[in-house]
Amino acid sequence: MLSCKETTHLLSQSQDRKLSLTERMQLEIHLAMCKGCTNFRDQMAFLRAACKRYLKSGDKADE
Amino acid sequence: MTAVENLLVDDVFLKEIRRDMIKFAHLQLRDEAQAEDVVQEALAAAFTNSKGFAGRSALKTWVFAILKNKIVDLIRQQCRTTNVSALSTDEENLDQAFETLFKSNAHWSPAVRPGNWGDPEESLRESRFWEVFDACLKHLPENTARVFMMREFLEFETTEVCKELSITTSNCNVILHRARNGLRLCLEQNWFAAGEQPC
Repeated sequence: MLSCKETTHLLSQSQDRKLSLTERMQLEIHLAMCKGCTNFRDQMAFLRAACKRYLKSGDKADE
Repeated sequence: MTAVENLLVDDVFLKEIRRDMIKFAHLQLRDEAQAEDVVQEALAAAFTNSKGFAGRSALKTWVFAILKNKIVDLIRQQCRTTNVSALSTDEENLDQAFETLFKSNAHWSPAVRPGNWGDPEESLRESRFWEVFDACLKHLPENTARVFMMREFLEFETTEVCKELSITTSNCNVILHRARNGLRLCLEQNWFAAGEQPC
């Protein structure tokens, strides 16, 4: 059973590599029960989206 | 003169794009003079190869692609002299701040559990958000920021980041996790919670 701390590490790594089947299952079980880590996962996705958008953020001023 | 050459001598457009480029280069290189130099080089390269780009946004994307490549080259030259795995006080503080989020059983402490950030698009549309985002990026310790930005902005694969900086995969994972959590906490405190809780 993963702790929240371990879960944050796996969630970060899921942005960088394909997790193993076991890791994915452990994650899913944990996320199903843990609101904090589910939010953490969404926040990681948000950061990636923001970084992708970062260079285009200057465009907003043109509109 | 082609349309793009016209754009590149258009004062307002040039000033604006130059400002954005320097901001980006400075965040990545953390060195004013180097940032200015690399932006100048990228603009010069853009100017000499400017055929075939009709619109502003296509040009901007392209100029930034040149800038990215130039920064990547610079990093490749420099990395051998930087030891990114060395921990500064700032990095230690960030790790400590992370540890305080958890109870002794390594589960979230209820008061500081990550919150729901709602619809991301709403924030990404607000210019104030980007000011906070910038400030949070600048707030990351130098080496942590370097690894994070290589991964997220220069879009290196993690294996390349490790190779370029001569660090192990697990070290790389630790640094990226530190960066992401640092950035997340900074945004949570300064953007997402700012409207809800009195300081």
